[in-house]
Amino acid sequence: MKGNEAIAEAAIIAGCRHYFGYPITPQTEIAAYMAKRMPKIGGTFLQAESEIAAINMVYGVASTGLRVMTSSSSPGISLKGEGLSYLAGADLPALVVNVQRGGPGLGGIQPSQSDYFQATRSGGHGDFRMIVLAPSSVQEMAELTVKGFELADQYRMTAMILADGTMGQMMEPVALDLDVKPMPEKQWATTGTKMNRPHNIVNSLFLDPAALEQTNFERFERYKFIEENETMYEEYLTDDAEIVIAAFGIAARVSKNAIDEARKQGIKVGMIRPITLWPFPVAPFRKAADKAKAFISVELSMGQMIEDVRLAIDCKAPVTLCNRVGGMIPSPEQVLESIRQTAASLGGAN
Amino acid sequence: MVVFDKPHALTDAPLHYCPGCTHGIVHRLVAEVIDELGIEGQTIGVAPVGCSVMAYNYFNCDMIEAAHGRAPAVATGVKRANPKENIVFTYQGDGDLASIGMAETVHAAARNENITIIFINNAIYGMTGGQMAPTSLPGQVTQTSPYGRDVNHCGYPIRVCELLSELEGPEYLARVTVNSVKNIKAAKAAIKKAFQNQIDGKGFSLVEVLSSCPTNWGMTPQKALKWIDEAMIPYYPLGVYKDRSAKEEAK
Amino acid sequence: MAKLTFKTDLCKGCGLCVDACPKHLLRLSPDAINKKGHHPAELTDEAACVGCAFCATMCPDCVIKVER
Repeated sequence: MKGNEAIAEAAIIAGCRHYFGYPITPQTEIAAYMAKRMPKIGGTFLQAESEIAAINMVYGVASTGLRVMTSSSSPGISLKGEGLSYLAGADLPALVVNVQRGGPGLGGIQPSQSDYFQATRSGGHGDFRMIVLAPSSVQEMAELTVKGFELADQYRMTAMILADGTMGQMMEPVALDLDVKPMPEKQWATTGTKMNRPHNIVNSLFLDPAALEQTNFERFERYKFIEENETMYEEYLTDDAEIVIAAFGIAARVSKNAIDEARKQGIKVGMIRPITLWPFPVAPFRKAADKAKAFISVELSMGQMIEDVRLAIDCKAPVTLCNRVGGMIPSPEQVLESIRQTAASLGGAN
Repeated sequence: MVVFDKPHALTDAPLHYCPGCTHGIVHRLVAEVIDELGIEGQTIGVAPVGCSVMAYNYFNCDMIEAAHGRAPAVATGVKRANPKENIVFTYQGDGDLASIGMAETVHAAARNENITIIFINNAIYGMTGGQMAPTSLPGQVTQTSPYGRDVNHCGYPIRVCELLSELEGPEYLARVTVNSVKNIKAAKAAIKKAFQNQIDGKGFSLVEVLSSCPTNWGMTPQKALKWIDEAMIPYYPLGVYKDRSAKEEAK
Repeated sequence: MAKLTFKTDLCKGCGLCVDACPKHLLRLSPDAINKKGHHPAELTDEAACVGCAFCATMCPDCVIKVER
């Protein structure tokens, strides 16, 4: 199954019956898949007039408590920025998929990870976060979609799948026997008072600054809890690692090959693969920093996650960047070379 | 025997609108229609950004605050979530509907989305202090057209009902006003039909209400109602601009 | 004979009701001031009012309740 289609099928398995999209490479397969499947299962697929309209349709369905999603690619996600901020301000659960492409501007259509900051720091205006999940296999594209819906509902916020063109276009076997937790009760939803309760209001306007401050404090209490309890990552050969690679998505797959090769050459290198980009897995990096003497951040960007790695280890060890951009993908050889240079620099050191 | 009182669908919250602003009248008409159709329990309203941004405090049905211009898209989502159970309406100003939200308006109409849109046309941006709107009249003085709107410089005001009537999609488009008791009664009838269309599943129904803005027009409430007759109605003639089922019945 | 009840604190003294009354029975109170600092509308001749509710129809703030 294609990565994009795995996301779509997993969303349906997770109980999502509403999808709003707009054509943009490299994620249009998600929309096409939903266009075929939703009508067959009593769901709603609608192609919106723009990504802005699509995210606001998501806002509408989310207000009624039903599971809903949209997907796009980098420029489309920029258009959804205001909507993402409104979803956060109104504490609405939703799933948003970004199959990244090279940027900035119209950029390219090849894979990229240059929306890392956009996803983890500035999806839109105001203090808010999104749960950002980074799959690095088609199986994870499916599993993290279900996980995304569950986390979004549990914490009343947006969960974003941050994939890239390769993940979306890649075909791999997928086990779709995903178990889905039941949806929580949503008393706050606007489904009509049925004349038996006061009206619910879904809103992010608080002209009274004290009230607006309070909503921010409460939201950040939830974010703190999420940071402490929902962080996800994978470690690979880090127990004895003197050099640790930080990489997610496609960059992690490339790095694994390079690590195996480097190990053959006697270099003690390992990898920490963040699965949640927010909340960022600080703990494993901090632990690794006790032993490791250097870190390498392998990214398809000009260096964005590298900042989180430095923050996680309080700059205790040097973190170098190994990257390609614009749609170019770092090769295992390039990563191996970066490992060898780092090892050499350490070699000289001790 | 009570002849006239505040409709149940309106909350007791005092309206923040300026003295003499006819937003309050249109709120009441929408609420009266909701009461008369007995749909308050199923209705969900979508408020815009503009003077009526806090409309969610004034209606007793469930309410949602939409981003500026996006109410028709939000309403589309809400309606498609529970199409049989819920009646969905948006309440929007001219900046919201005909400027930033024009694409959402045109496409919701083109889709014949089964929602009801109450469109307040007061030819100005009220909440932000009186700037030129897409419906500001030629020569109209506003904060951003201080020398009077110059059509050669910034173009012509948009007649939304006429614009949308060219589309195959929408079911019902009507322009009314609320500057006299007679006109208010006619406006209420149009609003009721717009909601009834949704109940009957006929699709996109929009009622454009020519409304006053005494504060930003710089007029007394009374003069503002006259200005609707003298200046607005000549440019925005009242009437039904599309009524698909009536046309079909007439065949 | 009709009975008008005014929620005087909601009145913004806009005067639309005064103009709407066909028998000119309403006025803004010359001396009373409501909570918002406006001169609220009031009925000058209760006996003459037939409860046509024109005033209430024109009122943007649902100030006037009309009973017959």
